[in-house]
Amino acid sequence: MDAAAPRPKDNQGEPLPRVDGRLKVTGQAHYPADLPTGNIAYGALATSSIAKGKVTKLHLDDARAVPGLLDIVTYGDMDKVEKPKFGNSGATSVGPLHDRIIFHDGQIIALAVAETFEAAEEAAQLIRAEYEEEKPTATFDSPGTATIPAAGKSPLFKEDVKAGDFDAAYAGAAVKIDQRYSTPTQHHNPIELFSTTAFWQGDQLVVHEPSQNVTGWKVELARQLKMDPGKVRIVSPFIGGAFGSKGPMTPRTAIVAVAAKRLGRPVRCVTSRMQAFGTQTYRAETRHRIQIGAGKDGRIAAFAHEGWEVTSRPDSYVVGGTSATGRMYDYGSILTHVSLVQADRNTPGYMRSPPETPYVYALENAMDEMAVALGMDPVEFRRINEPKTEPIGKKPFSSRSLIQCYDQAAEAFGWAKRDPKVGAMRDRDWLVGMGCATAIYPTAVAPCAARVRLTVDGDVRLQCGSHEIGTGVRTVAAQMASERLGVGIDKISVEMGDSSLPPAPVSGGSISTASVCSAVLKACDAVRAKLYAGATAEGGPLAGSHNDELDLADGKIVAKSGASAKVEDVIKTMQVGAIEEYAEFAPKGATPEALKKLYAGTPEFHGGEQDEDSVKYAFGAEFVEVRINRYTREIRVPRLVGAFAAGRIMNTRTARSQLMGGMIWGIGQALHEATEIDRRYARYVNRDLQDYLVPVNADIKDLQVILVPEIDHAVNPAGVKGLGELGNVGTAAAVASAVYHATGKRIRDLPIRIEQLLA
Amino acid sequence: MRPFVYEQPTEISTAAAMASRFTRRDDQPTRANAQFIAGGTNLADYMKLGVAQPDRLLDLNRLADPGLRQIRVTDDGIRFGALVRMGEAADHPDVKRRYPVIADSLKLAASGQIRNMASLAGNILQRTRCEYFRETSWACNKRVPGSGCAAMEGFNRQHAVLGASDACIATYHGDFAQALMALDAIVHAEGARGARNIPFAKLHRQPGDTPHIETDLAADEIITAIEVPAIPWARRSLYLKIRDRESYAFALASAAVALDLDGDGVREARIALGGLATVPWRAGKAEEVLQGKPLDEHSATIAADAAFADAVPRQHNAFKTELGKRTLVRALLETRDMKV
Ligand SMILES: Cc1cc2nc3c(=O)[nH]c(=O)nc-3n(C[C@H](O)[C@H](O)[C@H](O)COP(=O)(O)OP(=O)(O)OC[C@H]3O[C@@H](n4cnc5c(N)ncnc54)[C@H](O)[C@@H]3O)c2cc1C
Ligand code: SF4
Repeated sequence: MDAAAPRPKDNQGEPLPRVDGRLKVTGQAHYPADLPTGNIAYGALATSSIAKGKVTKLHLDDARAVPGLLDIVTYGDMDKVEKPKFGNSGATSVGPLHDRIIFHDGQIIALAVAETFEAAEEAAQLIRAEYEEEKPTATFDSPGTATIPAAGKSPLFKEDVKAGDFDAAYAGAAVKIDQRYSTPTQHHNPIELFSTTAFWQGDQLVVHEPSQNVTGWKVELARQLKMDPGKVRIVSPFIGGAFGSKGPMTPRTAIVAVAAKRLGRPVRCVTSRMQAFGTQTYRAETRHRIQIGAGKDGRIAAFAHEGWEVTSRPDSYVVGGTSATGRMYDYGSILTHVSLVQADRNTPGYMRSPPETPYVYALENAMDEMAVALGMDPVEFRRINEPKTEPIGKKPFSSRSLIQCYDQAAEAFGWAKRDPKVGAMRDRDWLVGMGCATAIYPTAVAPCAARVRLTVDGDVRLQCGSHEIGTGVRTVAAQMASERLGVGIDKISVEMGDSSLPPAPVSGGSISTASVCSAVLKACDAVRAKLYAGATAEGGPLAGSHNDELDLADGKIVAKSGASAKVEDVIKTMQVGAIEEYAEFAPKGATPEALKKLYAGTPEFHGGEQDEDSVKYAFGAEFVEVRINRYTREIRVPRLVGAFAAGRIMNTRTARSQLMGGMIWGIGQALHEATEIDRRYARYVNRDLQDYLVPVNADIKDLQVILVPEIDHAVNPAGVKGLGELGNVGTAAAVASAVYHATGKRIRDLPIRIEQLLA
Repeated sequence: MRPFVYEQPTEISTAAAMASRFTRRDDQPTRANAQFIAGGTNLADYMKLGVAQPDRLLDLNRLADPGLRQIRVTDDGIRFGALVRMGEAADHPDVKRRYPVIADSLKLAASGQIRNMASLAGNILQRTRCEYFRETSWACNKRVPGSGCAAMEGFNRQHAVLGASDACIATYHGDFAQALMALDAIVHAEGARGARNIPFAKLHRQPGDTPHIETDLAADEIITAIEVPAIPWARRSLYLKIRDRESYAFALASAAVALDLDGDGVREARIALGGLATVPWRAGKAEEVLQGKPLDEHSATIAADAAFADAVPRQHNAFKTELGKRTLVRALLETRDMKV
């Protein structure tokens, strides 16, 4: 065991290497734009250079003159296609080629298709638009914004949570703070670029595109193209980074499909990194006002969180993180409100822990301020306000190991050695600061289907239309099957990332491991039941035994009596060659339509704060050390420790990897990431990895992940809490508190940069 | 990306003659029909983005002259062939020992992969990374003379506070050039009309009214070598680079410093500043301030104030004046404290 493969503790699975790891590191994993497709033509997008107005004229002659140009798809060519719908499967309701209105910078105005990639790019660059330009609204405080209440604008955000009488409690509190925080625009920037490859086989459409939601896309694309969803297939075997960006389908997919139909040959369009900033989704900038009132003893009596989020004009994208911040501590009274601020921007979308990242950042930075105001240790302050029940609906937590996380992380970090005095810790020319914050993420689960086939040779074939976005879902699904069927991992092959497989929900909301493993568990148990029936049937090798006395291990069915039969022999006796089961898993509390909705690509999510019996969250505690040069004020993070509890850990290697990646991402949020907007034009400026900074290896030194054992049977049959989006929640607040500890400067606007610390 | 003709001349004179044949006499090297390419890490990038649009690329990598690939150390100093790769120069033991400021400036630049591709001549001629220059839909006087400057009132955090004009505020981002500036390097160039030596300080041009004119080179002139004079006390030299992340980023501010010390007193100081100016920037006034004085935090601060006396900040880069000063103070003190 090494750091990358932590020794499993209670309720934690073996750190098996990823089943597809070798393919990935040897370049044999085929990402969608690598899948071999003959006779391909290449598409390149032309996009708008204004954010608001109308395209009055398109000059296509220069583009048409490019040798090798085959076609240009533009206004008029998409009229027979339905406009996209905004929602889980659709990034925007703007049909960019349906009408000539420009809603945002970088909106698609044409697709040039040519024999070569280079010719397509050249032609796209030569497409020139004339505009009737209007003054666009860029962001908060820009003239022309419209502010509307967020509640009810999204099915995921029905109301502003509240409890008790905040005003009275706040007025009466002995110690209080009232502060404002903000987070910047961020783009996912996965290393794998966005791409669509489309081709037609008769009346059947095949699309190769990195997707976190092949079933949803199949249905939505069929709707746009007015086709039977059964005739559309989305293929996405590997995804080179997604973080939510490949969750909703963008209008490009249908445009490329139309181009392929017109040409009668496959068309592949890989979007440039610059173009992705305008044609894909992103995390919009947010603002927060937080008020906390507490008694001198540190007990919080009043908490208010007001949030503002930028969205596009046509679509109301809401994150509404008050749902999580409102349930974090034992507040006494709670008042929240979320507003949407409409601007002339592309529609934002999911980005790793969409609500929690900005909202918990604000809350946890405020908690640290409050601890300072109280003169209290920030860990103690949280301990004092640890709730017994969830503070809004007073439901129990299905499990909550936050304090254990704090204790274990604090111990490993050496928190006790921290001198609480601001600016007291130094190492030569470097100011040293230490800070901490809480991570939280709702535990959800969705319906999911899976097929499992066990052959007479002991081989297992597992099929599920989920998505390998880098989390290791193939591996953990194989582990579940290995455990339930008693076969070695090397005997199991896993197929995923194809809409022709049994449907799985969108790989978002950290539901995949829980949902997929629950479905695989159900299918495997059905296979077991068949096997047992075969074994115990009259004339069977274990005739007379009862099912509940049997177990499967090492290719054998073993009875309590000690008698056993080889699986191979049982299947032979059954004379079926293989046992195959198709299982449809629906979580507790699912509606009668739950499965139908799964097939329709609109799966129900259960869990989080929505269930009757309890609220379900995973928690963590993160500790950070920063160093700030006393002259030049650059900020470095030599040390990070995070402890997390997330129910059953299927595989300690993949779990650690997710949490580590999340914490690194959190460092990026704290110190590096921001999409800059030119406010005059409502256009993104730093549209590439030169200026959109993310942490590099040298930025991450000593990072430790602790997996705190936790058992939770209420969350789902697999007992698993999602953790893919847990690690990056809270990190930025921990950094902000460490920066305060080092310098005495409270930075409330992310990212924290040199310029904020110079003054 | 536009189609182009690709040629691989083997003689410097042929390459220069080809360039001369396909370009007009008054063409700027960066706007000429025929352009030289070495590592391609800057030019190919800008061709893909449509910023550079040569019809013809003259690849210098097949040039036969072995001097182009050599680092030669003599009593007079050190001579770098133009095609020496950044990584090779950064790792050269004599460079590291005799001119730490050069080795540091190269080592702290770009990434290992890029340093293995990029040539030294290409490095000093690298073009600005101004976001508005890199993306062709913006107004940019450097890319399209007379079209305006979108950065002036736009998002200009990385832009220059020194040497800017009303036409352009783009930063010169290279690191190596600051070391060469501080050490009074000489550039050898050969064109269709002969060879000449250019003091490094004369190579780059401030934007003035003509930001599209970036250097003193003619379109047919090939840099063949860079020569750094022997400066025994340059062992006491370093390059300090301040940036938003630990590695793989351009400087928000940097300082190349070499000191000739007599105890704590400064016999001679050499200072160049990076990430702050439109061209490689020699801080002559700061050098003068220090001459003959003891070097401490106080005198270093006075020198830094002098270096930035003429700084002109814009909306988002205002912090760079203060950051630049502190970078210089820190670099001076760290150079003083070097064990040589
Ligand atoms: C991701 C990234 C990060 C980077 N980070 C840094 C950094 O931190 N610090 C830094 O200093 N640089 C950095 N760079 C810039 C890099 O150092 C330059 O791109 C590189 O040095 C250019 O060298 P080249 O040989 O590839 O030049 P090319 O791209 O081949 O050429 C650049 C220019 O020089 C001209 N040219 C080349 N050789 C000659 C010659 N012998 N005579 C006349 N003209 C010539 C070309 O015509 C062209 O105009 C970075 C680059 C990238 C892509
Ligand atoms: S600063 Fe210079 S390079 Fe940048 S946009 Fe203005 S003119 Fe162009």
